Amino acid sequence: MNTTNNSTEHTVKAFDSDISEMRGLIAEIGGRAEKSISLAMKALADNDYDLAREVVKNDKQIDALEEKIDRMVIQTIALRAPMADDLRELVATLKISGVVERIGDYAKNIAKRVAVIDNNLHIEPASLLPAMAQAASQLVDDALTAYATRDADLADQVCERDRVVDDFYNTIFRSLVTHMVDNPKHIGAGAHFLFIAKNLERIGDHATNVAEMVYFAVTGENIGERERGDNPSDPLYSED
Amino acid sequence: MTTETTTITNKMTTRNVDVFYGEKQAINGVSIDIDMENVTAFIGPSGCGKSTFLRTMNRMNDTIPSCRVTGEITLDGEDIYAPSMDVVQLRARVGMVFQKPNPFPKSIYDNIAYGPRIHGLASGKEELDRIVEKSLQRAGLWAEVKDRLNESGTALSGGQQQRLCIARAIAVDPEVILMDEPCSALDPIATAKIEELIHELRGKYAIVIVTHNMQQAARVSQRTAFFHLGTMVEYGDTSEMFTNPQEERTRDYITGRYG
Repeated sequence: MNTTNNSTEHTVKAFDSDISEMRGLIAEIGGRAEKSISLAMKALADNDYDLAREVVKNDKQIDALEEKIDRMVIQTIALRAPMADDLRELVATLKISGVVERIGDYAKNIAKRVAVIDNNLHIEPASLLPAMAQAASQLVDDALTAYATRDADLADQVCERDRVVDDFYNTIFRSLVTHMVDNPKHIGAGAHFLFIAKNLERIGDHATNVAEMVYFAVTGENIGERERGDNPSDPLYSED
Repeated sequence: MTTETTTITNKMTTRNVDVFYGEKQAINGVSIDIDMENVTAFIGPSGCGKSTFLRTMNRMNDTIPSCRVTGEITLDGEDIYAPSMDVVQLRARVGMVFQKPNPFPKSIYDNIAYGPRIHGLASGKEELDRIVEKSLQRAGLWAEVKDRLNESGTALSGGQQQRLCIARAIAVDPEVILMDEPCSALDPIATAKIEELIHELRGKYAIVIVTHNMQQAARVSQRTAFFHLGTMVEYGDTSEMFTNPQEERTRDYITGRYG
């Protein structure tokens, strides 16, 4: 059953308002996580320590929101004994809040590196990071839009488009390693950029997790497992 | 969910069953298979026909003059509406438990012994004693009543009375037990005991339960049929029905959007 709209109201109206309140909270936590990503990247680009500190500080609000959502979902399951798509949506909401909180953590992790990266070095491969962050952030945005609009097709697209972020990661990984080999003095900063790329790559994966949850909540089916892009840090990966 | 359909034997089957009360059609072309291995729950809003349909399965509707049943209902492949079918015998094979506990105004012992006596299932007092004890044990009531078998069945609590009625149904060694909202007059503890009992009886008898309580259907059954306006909308594995129903009407009902 591919229902994309949820127009029929529950006989118990309070249940509908609980659900819309939770949807609102997911939109809020998602918005805050997206903002953290963009502020962290801005802090990195401008070498802005104050802004970086703000990102770290804002993460507490994201954590608090996650707790609030979890409490509310558990309470709703206990009090309303939801079934079918209601149950699937609540379980998805519970998982999504955890995943989005992780996305916030990655943004915070990026912000924390601003203070320790030597800004005077010119490390060419790092110039791809803003574009990668943009792509990852867009995935998060689309996954949350898919949640808000119960759009299984958009969720499916998000999973598909995670490859773009993976490709960015592979490109940046290889070029950074090459750059570090050529410029041993840049290894410290280069390593930080590697971690930032990795954090962004994980943000993309988590956007995919959100999308998978949305797909399950809407359709009742699990989205098929997809092949991931090459992962150079995967021990099973080989160049040939 | 994998069900090995080859190993499951259908105890009862119905094909295109229609039920009429006078001119009014209450049931519309219901076909369903009931097997021994699974508890089957019938759910649906009031007036959807689930109880009416349940009653066709041991010809309880025969007592209503205006009621007419068409289609085919079989027990072990035998048409239960065939002229050759002995209705008293049928109701011993397909027992029934009702919404309100209805023990006879007799002793606990006699409530159980009544059926085996009239069906001639016991050759003597000793065997009758044995049937009474076994039935009460199966119904999970033995420990509570073994020292007061001569007291009136109506002196028991509601939950105990309902288990007494289940013991009474079991005493004539049925093959199928039909339960029509057996817990709706009971408190949650007594309800839990009946549900546990249903779980224990599973496999020994084919069990069909009509319930208004969807949580109960989810807890006790492996198969669920959803009825609406006299038709069977959806029939499938309970776990699937309550997490991912295939029909919009089923979803609306179980999620509380109905009406």
